[in-house]
Amino acid sequence: MPVSSKQARTWKHRSWVAFLVVPPVVFMSLFVVYPILSAFAYAFYEWRGLARGDFVGLANFKEVLFGATMAPTVWNAFLHNVYALIALMIVQNGGGFFLAWLLYKEPFGFRFHRIAVFVPVVLSTIIVGFLWKLFLNPNFGIVNQALYSLGLDSWAKPWLGDSSTALGALILANAWHFVGFPTLVYLAGMQRIPSEIIEAARLDGTTEWQLLKNIVWPLVAPSTTILFTLLFIGAFNWFEIPYVMVGLDGSPFGSTDVLGLVFYRTAFGNQSASIQNFGLGSALATLIFLFIVVFASMLTLWLRRREIQF
Amino acid sequence: MTALATSSSSRQPISFAFLAQVILIANSFIMLYPVVVMVLSAFKTTGEIFEHPFALPDFTQIGNFAKVLGETSMPAYFVNSIIVTGASILLIVVLGTMAGYAVARYESRTNTFILLFFLAGLMLPLKLAVIPLFILLRDLNLLDSRWSLIVTYTAIGLPSAVFIMAGFLRSLPAELEDAARIDGASEPRIMWSVMLPLARPPMAIAAIQNAVPIWNDFFFPLVFIQTDAYKTLPQGLTTFMGEYTTDWGMLFAGLTIAAAPITLLYIALSRQFIQGMTAGAVK
Repeated sequence: MPVSSKQARTWKHRSWVAFLVVPPVVFMSLFVVYPILSAFAYAFYEWRGLARGDFVGLANFKEVLFGATMAPTVWNAFLHNVYALIALMIVQNGGGFFLAWLLYKEPFGFRFHRIAVFVPVVLSTIIVGFLWKLFLNPNFGIVNQALYSLGLDSWAKPWLGDSSTALGALILANAWHFVGFPTLVYLAGMQRIPSEIIEAARLDGTTEWQLLKNIVWPLVAPSTTILFTLLFIGAFNWFEIPYVMVGLDGSPFGSTDVLGLVFYRTAFGNQSASIQNFGLGSALATLIFLFIVVFASMLTLWLRRREIQF
Repeated sequence: MTALATSSSSRQPISFAFLAQVILIANSFIMLYPVVVMVLSAFKTTGEIFEHPFALPDFTQIGNFAKVLGETSMPAYFVNSIIVTGASILLIVVLGTMAGYAVARYESRTNTFILLFFLAGLMLPLKLAVIPLFILLRDLNLLDSRWSLIVTYTAIGLPSAVFIMAGFLRSLPAELEDAARIDGASEPRIMWSVMLPLARPPMAIAAIQNAVPIWNDFFFPLVFIQTDAYKTLPQGLTTFMGEYTTDWGMLFAGLTIAAAPITLLYIALSRQFIQGMTAGAVK
């Protein structure tokens, strides 16, 4: 490197490097490393409000996973996270892939479409959640109003008040919010494919579907890896959209309850019953964290294997 | 869609292009129409919204906006969001450049370890460590203040900034430094006057990549802030939406005002926004 060994040894040089490195490292240690390590430790204690009590071993974890009061809520919520993950993989990431393919051909107006698809991505999730909550209002929301004006009165529903449609409505609101992100990441991935490969396939008379399935999809595998990993992390951290659109209790009747809401209620209480339990909350957070780390790494390694060098 | 595409693409390429155009227009309509309805509704009274939800409003009717800006705490929330986002971005860029510069330009075993230390922080969801963070901030007497948010956002944004800055600074040729060194320039002077002026583009990427999620974040204010005077825009919106539940004209005006700055900035700088926000996922 540019610095000679003699220079590197001087006290002046070392203190200069330390001046650059120490503040960021101390900052990270204090506000990231320390909290994450403590989160594990806190889960092994009993908590009374904000005060730490006795060491209780694995009791908090047992209550979260198998306890009579907490476990049914946790597993119900976990199932909804899994549904959301699968649905968003298809609608959000899959939809993004097809939109990217349409944009890749640079049709008329493609610049406009590219900007338009990303507009909801820059909006705050809170704005998106409230907007769709108003639009899905059973009486005055534009969704039902549009159905009435098209004569489809029987299709109109209290979307967020019906336990069979509420979770689906949240998933679609989320897909509307974020579909632009996978679209543009896939588009960038497609633009990196050498154009000779696609032209050669076209000359061979490959159909559009074969081209997409056998050439484009395998060659954008690096984009798929990162998008599916990010979606996985996001789906098990899901909080804002459900919180704003259906409230802390995952109403109606827990049909939209997700782990993020359960965690918040357990750790910080809700308006109706402000019981906070940092021990159970930390145990749940630790389990979610370990689940994400283990499965996201497995998913990444598995997806990486499909990536082809070109 | 696919069946149609396969059968027609070889013989009639025009119809495939036509189908693609229809899908893209439909999609852009779905993406933009809700935003348009939000803005149009902000110019209507609640009665007009209920009776004519799709009609064009009288754009001179700005009563809702005047009420939101004059009678609610929205302007204060707005100022808080600007302070919190601005201070966080400043800290992220300054600290990220310091660490990135050291890691990239003075190679040593310690510095490689430091880079790995920041890389490990890239994927960790700090949300799940919110309980210890809450207790730490309480012990530092920062809870329920703007600082609680600034330090949290800086911690979340720092790893990506270090990564972006180190990647760029490493690519600069060593001759630049050496020439300045021969002229007798000190190390701080080389960094400040020779290297950093070249590093503005990655600084902008690091700033945009973090600015949008910080401006839009709701979770940390929800946990850390109770005092109305310190609430940021997304958190303040929930208070506002709770107060005016039945006055839909006000609600849409509030949402429009909250969405306006970032949307307008995005339309003006869409290339930089897209590049910055997808920087982590596009190699």
